[in-house]
Amino acid sequence: MHKNKFRLLSLALSGAFAAASLAGCGSGANNSNGTAAPAVSETSKAVSTDENSSGTDGGGDTIDLTCYYPVNVGGDTANIIDGMVDEFNKSQSKIHVKSVYSGNYDDTVTALQTAKAGGNPPELFISLATQRFTMASTNMAMPLDDLIANDPDGKTYIDDFLDGFMVDSYVDGKIYSIPFQRSTEILYYNKDAFKEVGLDPDSPPTTWEELADYAVKLTNSKRYGVGIALNSGSAQWTFTGFCLQNSKNGENLMSDDGKKVFFNTKENVEALQFWLDLQNKYKCMATGIVQWTDLPTQFLSGDVAMIYHTTGNMANISSNATFDFGACYLPGHVRQAAPTGGGNFYITKGISEEKQQAAWEFIKFMTDTERAAKWSVATGYVPVRKSCFETDTIKDYYSSIPQAKVAYDQLENATIGCELTTYNAAEIWRVLNDNIQSAVIGDATAQQALDNAQKEATEVLEDYQ
Amino acid sequence: MRKGMAISTLQKPSQEAKRKALRKNVLGWSLMAPALVFMLLFTVYPVIRSFYLGMTDYSLGMEAPVFIGFHNYMKLAGTALFWKVVRNTLYFALLTVFPSMALGLGLALLVNRSTKTVGFLRVGYFYPVVMPMIAAASIWSFIYMSNNGLWDQFLRSIGGQPMDVLSSKTTVLPAMAIMYVWKEAGYLMVFFLSGIQSISPELMEAAKLDGASHGQVFHRIMLPLLGPTTLFVTSIEFTNCFKLVDHVMIMTEGAPNNYSTLLLYYIYQQGFTNFNYGISNALTVIMLLFLLAVSLPRFFSQDRKIYYS
Repeated sequence: MHKNKFRLLSLALSGAFAAASLAGCGSGANNSNGTAAPAVSETSKAVSTDENSSGTDGGGDTIDLTCYYPVNVGGDTANIIDGMVDEFNKSQSKIHVKSVYSGNYDDTVTALQTAKAGGNPPELFISLATQRFTMASTNMAMPLDDLIANDPDGKTYIDDFLDGFMVDSYVDGKIYSIPFQRSTEILYYNKDAFKEVGLDPDSPPTTWEELADYAVKLTNSKRYGVGIALNSGSAQWTFTGFCLQNSKNGENLMSDDGKKVFFNTKENVEALQFWLDLQNKYKCMATGIVQWTDLPTQFLSGDVAMIYHTTGNMANISSNATFDFGACYLPGHVRQAAPTGGGNFYITKGISEEKQQAAWEFIKFMTDTERAAKWSVATGYVPVRKSCFETDTIKDYYSSIPQAKVAYDQLENATIGCELTTYNAAEIWRVLNDNIQSAVIGDATAQQALDNAQKEATEVLEDYQ
Repeated sequence: MRKGMAISTLQKPSQEAKRKALRKNVLGWSLMAPALVFMLLFTVYPVIRSFYLGMTDYSLGMEAPVFIGFHNYMKLAGTALFWKVVRNTLYFALLTVFPSMALGLGLALLVNRSTKTVGFLRVGYFYPVVMPMIAAASIWSFIYMSNNGLWDQFLRSIGGQPMDVLSSKTTVLPAMAIMYVWKEAGYLMVFFLSGIQSISPELMEAAKLDGASHGQVFHRIMLPLLGPTTLFVTSIEFTNCFKLVDHVMIMTEGAPNNYSTLLLYYIYQQGFTNFNYGISNALTVIMLLFLLAVSLPRFFSQDRKIYYS
C-alpha cells in the first residue's frame, strides 16, 4: 500500500517533470527560430535583455554586435546600460548592439570562455581592468592601437581619459581596453563622532599617525575608530593603497608587465604590520575579518567612525546617513596614494575588421563625455574622462554632494596605482588575501605571511617567466 | 531478472515466448526512455567528462584540453591547501551528521503523537528545511556578525567578551555546523517519524503490558527497528553535507585563511574563479569518490534486505 502510493507519486512527479522540460525545450526552440541563437545559451545566468531587435531585423546591411556586461554593484546598473545601448541603436542604422547581462565579473569571464569554446564569442565585453594580462595572453582581447591610429579623433579621445585610469589599459605597451566603470577608494568619516570626541570635523586624518591617533580617540565601548574590509576579494584592494602610501619610489605590488609580485618587501610588511597594530596594539579597529559589504552598514549605524571604501558607495552613504559625514583622501605615509579598480571595455580578438570598427564606434559612443558624466552620476563610478568635469552634469553633482569631488581630486593629486594586476590575477588575489588573513588571525607574523604569499604567488606565475 | 535469465538458458524458449519477451523489453525501455535520456545526458555524461578533464591541463583561454594523466592529482596531493580542505570537509561532516541525526530523532519522538496541535509543531520544526540555504546563511550571518550580531550582543549582555565566531579558525566551522544542524534536523525528523510510525504498534503495546519502561521500549524496540532508517539517513546526511557550498559563499568565502573552505567551494573556486578547469575536474572526481564511499553501505545493506524488511 505504502509502496504503491509512493510509486504513483513518483510517476506523477516524473511525468510532470518530463512534460515541463519538453515544454521548455519547445519554447526555447521557438525563441531562437526568428533571430540568431542566443550566444550564451549554455550559461544559464546570462540573460539577453534585447527586446527591440524586431525593428532593425529588416536592414540587410546591419552589423550585429553582442556585448557582455557584468554588474558588480547593486541597484539599477543593468537598466542604465541597456538604456544606453538602446540609445546607440536608435542613434544610427548601421550597427545593432545586443547587450547581454552576464552576472558578476567572474561569471562574465566564465561566460566568455564558454562562448569562445562554442565558437561564438561576443564581439566586445566589459571586464576588470585587472584582467587585461589574462585577456591578452589567452587571445580573448585584441590590441586597439590600429583602431585608434585610424581614427582621426583617436589620439585626442585617448588623451582625454584620466591618466590614473588609462595606465591600466596597457599590456606590453599596447592599449587593450578603454576605461568605463572605474572607481577608487576614499575615507568616509562621521563628522558628528568627530565633534563628540573633540576632533575638528573639517580636518580629517591626513597621515597614518593621525589616523591611528584619531581612531583611538573615536573608539569607545560601542564604536570602533576605523574599519577596513579584510575579506577575500577586498583586502588586496585596500592593501594596495597602504603599500603605495608606504612606498619610497611609488612601486606597486607587482611589476608593470604583470609577471612578478613584490609582496614581502620591507615597506609592504610595514603596511601589513600597521593593519595588525590598528587591531591589536591601538585596538581601534575590529579584530577578525570584516566583510566589505558590512562596512557601509556599520558606518551608517554609527558602529565605526571612519571607513575605507569605494567611491561607488557615495550614493548609498549620502542618502542613508543620519549624521553629517565627510569624505577625504586616504591618509598618506611616505606619500599620498590611492588604488583604483573597476571595469573596462575590450574588443574580442579574431572578429572581422568591419565588426572591429563597429565595436570601436560603440565604445566611443558609450564613453562620450556627456554620457560618461551621466553614467558616473547614476552609478557612483568616477567620471573617466577629463572633459567630463567640464560638463554641467558633473558640476551640478559636485555642488549638491561636495564629498563626491574628493575622488577626482585624489586622482589628480595622489600617486595612483592599479589594483593588484598580474597574469592569473584571481588566483594571485586569493593567495595574498589568504595570507593577509593568516596574519590577522595570528597564525603568522606580517613578515611570515607576506613571505609565504610571495612564495606561493611566484609558483603560480612561474609559467609566465 | 537474473533468475529468469537462468531459467531461459536452461530451457530453449519457444518463438512465442521470445516475441513476448521482446515486446515486454521494448515497452520497458520506452517507459524508461525519458528518465534514461536525462540521466545519461545530465549525470552519466558529465561524470565521464569530468574523469577525462580531470586528467588534462585545461585553463582559461586554452583552445583544447591537453592530456597529462594523473598530474593534476599528484599536484593536489602536494598542495597543503588541498589537505586542509579535506580536513575541513571531514571535520564539518563529523560536526553535522550525527548531531543533526540525534536532533532529528529527538524531534521525531516529540511530534510522534496524535494531538490536534502536533501539526503546527511538525510544520514548525520542518520550516527551516524549506528555507533556501542562502536565506538561512544570511540570517545566521547576522547572528554571528562580530560585535553587533545577536550572539556577540548576548555574550556582552552577560558580561562576556564578543567572540566574532566567523573570524576565528577554531569556531568558524562549529558555528556553521550549528546553523546546518538547525536547518537539517527537521528534514531528518520526517524520515525518523515515518520510521517510528512504521513500527508495528502491537510490539510497543506488548512491551508495555510486560511492564517495560519508556526507556526500555525506546532502547530495545524502537532503536533496533529504526536501524534501516538510521543507515539510510546516515548516508544521505553525509552526501548532503559534502554537497554544501552556499553557506560558505554567503558567510565567509572560506575565511579566515581557508579554515572554512569546504571541498565543493574549493572546486567552485578552482573552476570559476581561478579558471583551472583541469584541477577543478580532478577535485570533482575526488568528491565523487567521497560520495561513493559514503553511499556504499546503503547499497550493500539493500542487497541484504535490511531495508524495508
